[in-house]
Amino acid sequence: MLARDYINVLYIDLEKQEYRYEQRKDLVKYLGGTGLAAKLLDENIKPELDPLDPAQPMIYAIGPLSFVMPVCTKTVATFYSPHTKEYGESHAGGRFAMAMRFAGIDAVVVTGKSAHPQYLLIDDGVQFRDARAMWGLSVEETGKILRQTTHGSGVRSSIRIGRSGENLVTYAGVNVDTYRHFGRLGLGAVMGSKNLKAIVVIGNNTVDIPQELKVKYRKVYDKIYDRVLNTDLMKKYHELGTPVNVIPLNEMHSLPSFNLQKNKIDFAEDVSGEKFAEDNLVRKVACAGCPIGCIHIGQVRREFDAGYEYETINVSYDHELIFALGTFLGIKSTDEILELIDVVESEGLDAISTGVVLGWATEAYKRGYVSLEETLVPFEFGIVQNYIAAVKYISTRKNKFYEDLGKGVVHAAKVYGGSDFACHLGGNEMAGYHTGYGNVVGFAVGSRHSHLDNGGYSIDQSKPKEEDIVKKVYDEELERNILTSLVICLFARKVYTRDIVLEALEGVGINMTNEELTQFAKDIQKLKYQIKQKLGYSLDSIKIPERFFQTKTLNGVLSSEKAHEMVKEYKKMIEELMNE
Amino acid sequence: MAKVLKVADRRRCIGCLSCRQACARLRGEYSIANSAIEVKTSGGYTGEFVINICRGCEEPACMEACKFGALTKRTGGGVVFHKDKCTKCGACGVACAVNAIRFDEEGYPIICTHCGYCTKYCPHRCITTKEVL
Repeated sequence: MLARDYINVLYIDLEKQEYRYEQRKDLVKYLGGTGLAAKLLDENIKPELDPLDPAQPMIYAIGPLSFVMPVCTKTVATFYSPHTKEYGESHAGGRFAMAMRFAGIDAVVVTGKSAHPQYLLIDDGVQFRDARAMWGLSVEETGKILRQTTHGSGVRSSIRIGRSGENLVTYAGVNVDTYRHFGRLGLGAVMGSKNLKAIVVIGNNTVDIPQELKVKYRKVYDKIYDRVLNTDLMKKYHELGTPVNVIPLNEMHSLPSFNLQKNKIDFAEDVSGEKFAEDNLVRKVACAGCPIGCIHIGQVRREFDAGYEYETINVSYDHELIFALGTFLGIKSTDEILELIDVVESEGLDAISTGVVLGWATEAYKRGYVSLEETLVPFEFGIVQNYIAAVKYISTRKNKFYEDLGKGVVHAAKVYGGSDFACHLGGNEMAGYHTGYGNVVGFAVGSRHSHLDNGGYSIDQSKPKEEDIVKKVYDEELERNILTSLVICLFARKVYTRDIVLEALEGVGINMTNEELTQFAKDIQKLKYQIKQKLGYSLDSIKIPERFFQTKTLNGVLSSEKAHEMVKEYKKMIEELMNE
Repeated sequence: MAKVLKVADRRRCIGCLSCRQACARLRGEYSIANSAIEVKTSGGYTGEFVINICRGCEEPACMEACKFGALTKRTGGGVVFHKDKCTKCGACGVACAVNAIRFDEEGYPIICTHCGYCTKYCPHRCITTKEVL
């Protein structure tokens, strides 16, 4: 809707091999991102059918500030999650938002299933292209081929799935431009279920800045650019990046390790942000439209044959990956963590879920819930080779056990036992914090079961009064509905205060009041819960596994009773909202 | 004092495209497709970035190729574009050995004026202006 008064939705039907654009003025009030994608999901979802039924929609949306204001870099995807079997929402950076912006599309709705594997090329229209020869290829290889077979270098973005998506692993992700991901909740499986290997978007349209906004736009852009680059508000993301958290979290007894049997490790320095920076960091890259460059690329040189035969792995790393594929599995060196990240990337899996699933599998194996006949490798915390093999087994559904692992930790524990140490919250595998009630309850009740729904881990670190936690979690998610609808990277949340958000909107010709934004946040929250209700979801279903109450947090040992009471308190707040 | 745009250190580029945005913004557009500076990956994000800019030639091949007088010599290097004389034949783009001339939607060449506005937005000082006279 940039520089125009409607939302341009591109509808693609893979079954009929048809597409159409619809200019929808009625969607303007949903702004973009979360709001717009949730609305389009609500319109198109089929609650009575399976999440992986061809008729289900897969939606991608950008917002009015995307690419044209600094650090507004993300695209929001919504779908019926095959992982949690409820509302699915996942975000990714890279260049996809920029490409959509200048392909003139605010949102894409993909439905149906191709008769054979295909990829989509979206430029001025949509081409349905054969991808049979790409089926089975890694994420990286597919990307390299797409760069050779499509035009638009420099203004192009490609998203693609790996084997795990093709094989419908419920936590398969979608890779965006090699280093970013729609990681969580199984968007990759949704794409795979549609026989869709990739989508390439070319963004080469001209969009004139309206005459009356020329001066204003530049002024606001400069102001925000200055806040991004010349203040400390985003410094941590640029320097060591999110791995700066490893040592502080460890010191706080909040770093989930060894399948959350521990909250602190004695090798934190060996896998810290500092260690990665010193030994492996070779460069940083950025999403299109962000001068920060938080994407840290780590390198490992590996001898693949005698006679000085080397290959080099270049992968991006972040705190969540160091946790999930490092500390959670007891992996003690940066090189080994990067090697494990590399195989997870190739297969196109969600890194967090994969690590947490493997953590559960290790404990289950050690405690005799599963046998070597099933696991095929003798899982042992700290031994990376087993995990590298297991990742491939999950992705290819090697046997019944790996098929079960490929449906997540809730499912696996249901089949083999060990649900008390299956580290999920609300059905999605936990993230890299064990800080207190804010994190445990916030993650469990968050509408997409992500640590970023409401930043509960951050609330815990401010040492709040226990009775205030639920309200803080609730308020934070409302506030983030605004950011993720616009779609501002959450790393820039301190840059984009309410005042700045209003100014940024004004800079692109959208005049809203603070009160209207507050109401908007509530409306979007309601919309998300309407969808959840349609899918039969209830906050009553939340049962937090015992492990979270056995291992101490920054805020002491948590009580299961209290945590579940907090969930009830949150449910009451949502009910009040729904009745407003 | 005339200035020309220079690539100071290509390897420091993070691909944020702030420079391309800046150039487009100055030209009254949001889209980087209409920027005189081009930054793109070579071999995807795993490869290095390429920065294509007008190199400010003293003997501009693009100008020699233009048979209509739409490009004239710029003091300090590079060329000045005269839109009224341009026939949109595209010969300038073909003649440029460093691939620095792109064309807008109407078919006119996008010619760098060496104003240096883009350099203000580079977070890593990859591009800069140099005084030449």
